[in-house]
Amino acid sequence: MKRIFVDEKWCLGCRLCEYNCAYSNSGVVGMSKALKGKKIYPRIRVEEKGDTTFAVSCRHCEDPMCSKSCIAGAITKKDGIVRVDQEKCVGCLTCVLVCPYGAIAPGENGTAQKCELCIGNSNSSGEPACVGGCPNKAIVFEER
Amino acid sequence: MSLNYITPEFEIKRNYDRCISCRVCERQCANEAHIYDEDSKIMLADESKCVDCQRCVSLCPTHALKIVKNECAFRENANWQSDTIKEIYKQASSGGVLLSSMGNPKPLPVYWDKMLVNASQVTNPPIDPLREPMETKVFLGKKPSRPERNADGSLKTDLPPQLELSMPVMFSAMSYGSISYNAHESLARAAAELGIYYNTGEGGLHEDFYAYGPNTIVQVASGRFGVHEGYLSAGAAIEIKMGQGAKPGIGGHLPGTKIVGDVSRTRMIPEGSDAISPAPHHDIYSIEDLRQLVYSLKEATQYKKPVIVKVAAVHNIAAIASGIARSGADIIAIDGFRGGTGAAPTRIRDNVGIPIELALAAVDQRLRDEGIRNDVSLVVGGSIRCASDVVKAIALGADACYVATAALLALGCHLCRTCQTGKCNWGIATQRPELVKRLNPNIGRERLVNLMTAWKHEIKELMGGMGINSIETLRGNRLMLRGINMTEKELEILGISHAGE
Repeated sequence: MKRIFVDEKWCLGCRLCEYNCAYSNSGVVGMSKALKGKKIYPRIRVEEKGDTTFAVSCRHCEDPMCSKSCIAGAITKKDGIVRVDQEKCVGCLTCVLVCPYGAIAPGENGTAQKCELCIGNSNSSGEPACVGGCPNKAIVFEER
Repeated sequence: MSLNYITPEFEIKRNYDRCISCRVCERQCANEAHIYDEDSKIMLADESKCVDCQRCVSLCPTHALKIVKNECAFRENANWQSDTIKEIYKQASSGGVLLSSMGNPKPLPVYWDKMLVNASQVTNPPIDPLREPMETKVFLGKKPSRPERNADGSLKTDLPPQLELSMPVMFSAMSYGSISYNAHESLARAAAELGIYYNTGEGGLHEDFYAYGPNTIVQVASGRFGVHEGYLSAGAAIEIKMGQGAKPGIGGHLPGTKIVGDVSRTRMIPEGSDAISPAPHHDIYSIEDLRQLVYSLKEATQYKKPVIVKVAAVHNIAAIASGIARSGADIIAIDGFRGGTGAAPTRIRDNVGIPIELALAAVDQRLRDEGIRNDVSLVVGGSIRCASDVVKAIALGADACYVATAALLALGCHLCRTCQTGKCNWGIATQRPELVKRLNPNIGRERLVNLMTAWKHEIKELMGGMGINSIETLRGNRLMLRGINMTEKELEILGISHAGE
């Protein structure tokens, strides 16, 4: 199964991935309309220390800790993708605590959200938005 | 410092209906032209710092940015144009020589655009390159003028060393130091994949790139930076650089700030020291002296590698080339006045040298007249912009072309012409690690290969139209060219007829 990989050697820390992610998951057509004047809650985040920058998103673990720890049974893995059921999530954020990669964060309404490989979203173009929008091919979507 | 008289050259137009204050422009601008205002949460700009490299424009996710020429204008004056006035202000404030980069931007004639290519109609058939074989391969080096035979009648086939090119284009010299590691890696990998050559320039060869030696031309210039036996043997050919089209008659100066880490090691000079290449080679004051260096280099590499001598196109170029051909060089490279550079004094770049088209025609003719054309191959550079420029150059008499500006454009260069500042936002003309990493060689290699592949297709199409199926048949075939809007003298030098003749 194809997954998102990030090569820190080429990550420029431009944070376009964060904005492309927020846009892709907004469901609105037109980036300006979707994001203008709003705080964004991206599912991929650029971590920075000194000269090193690196975009972090869900690894879709073999045996996901987030799913095991979810008290509401909201996190499940199906077809290789770990998803959060927004209807079930109670916002306890245990998953945020247990995720070893820091790939889960609360969204705008306080429930947990994470990368679900936005291939099917209305404004995505066949590959996750962060991958398509990365100007330096630091984020790739491939089989490994 | 008192008042600065220079108004910003560009205006950053931001469409606030589109701008989402994502700050990509701010993060990507090494000149710090974009500023985020925390209080109002909107993007502002300091236009005096903008060089119009268009990095922000290309990366803005909502296409909210436009860089335009500042409309603020001096009172119109055909004699004192605004650039002239600004240069005077600059010099009055700095007291220094004006520096600039890349090729001559002045509106001087481009002879490529005044030459038209022939095509076959009725009496001779054009060839369809998609259906019939078409040869673009060329060999550079000394050729015998006639077939020679051994005592037993068999053909002598032991030619002097040759460079084999899959198409008549090579990447010209750009040193590691003037351009980045990633730019060099892109060029090296693309050259290897394309079956052509790239050129180290005067900066030596980084140890990582010895692997691409079979596709590398190693340069020996007046500063002799990075030259040692291993370097000479690593390349496929050795180029002696006598001059450069962008700055004929002067040397080079890579500022100490760019001599860091690997650049210093590769050049074999201390970190932070300025790399100054003298204007002349101090051991070459005549053709005889040049011959000594040519043969020293051949001796050092067991006569296995062709030696190229590169000169700038200047007034007496035909006589100079004739001398070079007699010095023992295998290939002569001529760089026209529009050739690029990482830094040159503006006055020199814009006023010294001659157009490559005229230089090429004059040299080819002179070498033919003297019966020594086959002793050398001719490579020309200095703003070869597209496949038709290549075809016209070959028809005028070149064996191959050198391209550099076009290659840099493929890598992302937007010709903002501020390479000398070392703050290239595209990761090309810089040594700052955070900027260098912006050029991913995996992308760079692919774009260079794409560009050259496209040119190769176009060269074949143009050749096919003329009914020519081998690039060797086109070389020096000036009947395939006609001039337009030219004087008798220009046509005479180019050795072509006017359109309609």
